[in-house]
Amino acid sequence: MTATDSKSSNFGVVETEEMVLNMGPQHPSTHGVLRLKIRTDGEIVTHIEPHLGYLHRCFEKHCENLSYEQVIPFTDRCDYLASMANNHIYALGVEQMMGLEVPDRVEYIRIIMVELQRIASHLMGVGTFGLDVGGITPFTYCFRDRERVLDLFEYTCGARLLYNYIWIGGLSHDLPENFVQYANEFLDYFEPKIDEYNRILTYNKIFIERTGDVGVLPADVAISYGCTGPVLRGSGVSWDLRKNEPYSIYDRFEFDTVLGTGEMGTLGDCWDRYFVRIQEMRESIKIVRQALAQLPEGDVFEALPKKVRPPEGSIYFRGESPRGELGYFIVSDGKNVPYRVKMRSPAFCNLSVINEIGAGWMISDIVTILGSLDIVLGEIDR
Amino acid sequence: MALSLVHKFDQDNVIVEKLDNLLNWARSNSPWFFQFGLACCAIEMMAAAAPRHDLERFGAMPRASPRQSDVMIVAGTVTMKMATRIKRLYEQMANPKYVISMGSCANSGGPYWQYGYHVLKGVDLVVPVDVYVPGCPPRPEALIQGINELQRQIREETPLRKVS
Amino acid sequence: MDLQSIVKSVRGAQPEALVADAAQEEHLELTPDRWREVARHLIDDADLQFDALMCLSGYDEGPEGSLAVIYHLFSMQHKHKLEVRIKVPRDGGSLPSVADIWRTADWHEREAYDLFGMTFEGHPDLRRILLPDDWEGHPLKKDYLTPDYYRGIPVPKDKRGWE
Repeated sequence: MTATDSKSSNFGVVETEEMVLNMGPQHPSTHGVLRLKIRTDGEIVTHIEPHLGYLHRCFEKHCENLSYEQVIPFTDRCDYLASMANNHIYALGVEQMMGLEVPDRVEYIRIIMVELQRIASHLMGVGTFGLDVGGITPFTYCFRDRERVLDLFEYTCGARLLYNYIWIGGLSHDLPENFVQYANEFLDYFEPKIDEYNRILTYNKIFIERTGDVGVLPADVAISYGCTGPVLRGSGVSWDLRKNEPYSIYDRFEFDTVLGTGEMGTLGDCWDRYFVRIQEMRESIKIVRQALAQLPEGDVFEALPKKVRPPEGSIYFRGESPRGELGYFIVSDGKNVPYRVKMRSPAFCNLSVINEIGAGWMISDIVTILGSLDIVLGEIDR
Repeated sequence: MALSLVHKFDQDNVIVEKLDNLLNWARSNSPWFFQFGLACCAIEMMAAAAPRHDLERFGAMPRASPRQSDVMIVAGTVTMKMATRIKRLYEQMANPKYVISMGSCANSGGPYWQYGYHVLKGVDLVVPVDVYVPGCPPRPEALIQGINELQRQIREETPLRKVS
Repeated sequence: MDLQSIVKSVRGAQPEALVADAAQEEHLELTPDRWREVARHLIDDADLQFDALMCLSGYDEGPEGSLAVIYHLFSMQHKHKLEVRIKVPRDGGSLPSVADIWRTADWHEREAYDLFGMTFEGHPDLRRILLPDDWEGHPLKKDYLTPDYYRGIPVPKDKRGWE
């Protein structure tokens, strides 16, 4: 079935009228407070116009008024499903401006946390995607396992969702006792669970019918719209900043870039984007295992600076968050408060493609396409 | 109240109780909530409804429509753009209706109270709030306590009589 | 390709586009009027091929300075980066839109317009994106003052009783 096939039925062309449908801002499948203004021709969507800003929390204004360290809790709240990744990339950006070297142990702990966070975030993405296409069981399965990751975070820094853990030049806490053992236990528990997801959801016939061939995103369109992360890789573009532009210590680990294959339809459909996330959890497990094995000893607080005052200048630092390329453009005027911080949010760009790939599909498919983009509104509106 | 009812029923198979209490007993044990997830707290609200915390043990069940729900859990930061919509959704709910304000942002603006030019400083400026749950974000257990607190409030109501 | 050769290439194609000392330490400064031609050159030239716009930020130099738009470009082919800065006047400043060249720019230009107030000529749909349509002012300008009320709702925190 293609987008054009679904327009005509066996009964010939049905007379339809154009109408405008508002989806959101309060709607269970918009993943937050997104409002989609959908113009439809009968049941076929002809144009989608997202309306944003229902969660605009003035992140950039806060950055201009708070010191560099105080910004970190606000980066947490931007992408609240991947707080560690936000902390990490912001801290790396400021450290690079200051020319700060951090101890090896800190780097390793950061990688462990960020990759565990990637697992948690993808679990959420997979679970709610299952919910969007009509399955409640995958959601409960994913939340069951996500709680275990959160337990590890809670054990480390005391918070379940917003951590404020990765600081400029270090961490807020060292790893607690027996963390390595618990983390390994979790990975041993979790790895077989991915096969369980595959059995219940990925290779489910109904799921494939709903997602295969739906919402195909060609590679050149994806690049032009600035799509990154699993959305871009689902279209078969081998682009992962961890691999292609290694930051932190990602060059020390063995892992593969997962690409969409078009196994269940066309390259770049919803199923590909979904399956990239499933496979990336396996890659993250690999990275965490290596990092846990190589974890060096040391003092994590030794590089924490007394004063964070980057020299005058600017930097655009980007890294791979679970949703794609997360960039911070930081301008310093030599004070302890940033002059300007702009956050380049991956979900903002990923969402902008929705009209391009969503037009021509039915309303129920829009929910699928939106779910496959895995957006977080906190990051889109900032 | 609920326990004493069962206890009496065990003894003599007859219950003599105020109708108010019967109604309250029924109402307090099915606070279906409107899943009004706005921001970070929404994730904790989902976690509260998910397997480990299992909010449905208390009869609280997520509904996607305001017309089917008794309790509105405002979970997350309310912005100026969203404030008018919240009021409208609250008006669409059927009486009796309750509001739980979950998290610092909904309580008072939270971390955005000072520089957040687009953040509403507390959802109680727009709709009346029955229970405030503190935390940024509150743990699922805190939300459960909030719901229990609301249940306690409902049990003390007198729906058939006017309070003098 | 390093910045010097990029500057050379742009100078060869559009000599008037560059501000006098165009190559700063790390960025390229352009005048607004020839920006579209330069953008075309940057994406079409075989040696440059900046096919990805990583980021587009508005920027305010302060109440006395001018506004600016900063483009961060990247080439997926050649793996090189470029930062382009274009200054526009503070009041009623405008510059050509590049939304049809890099589709990423579409929403980012709307965001810059929303928060800083510069207009992008030729943008298909230049409206506010984050703030409500009836919001007054552009909040990321350095001289922005938070309003007291929006549609009758008080905006600043009422601190009576606890301060």
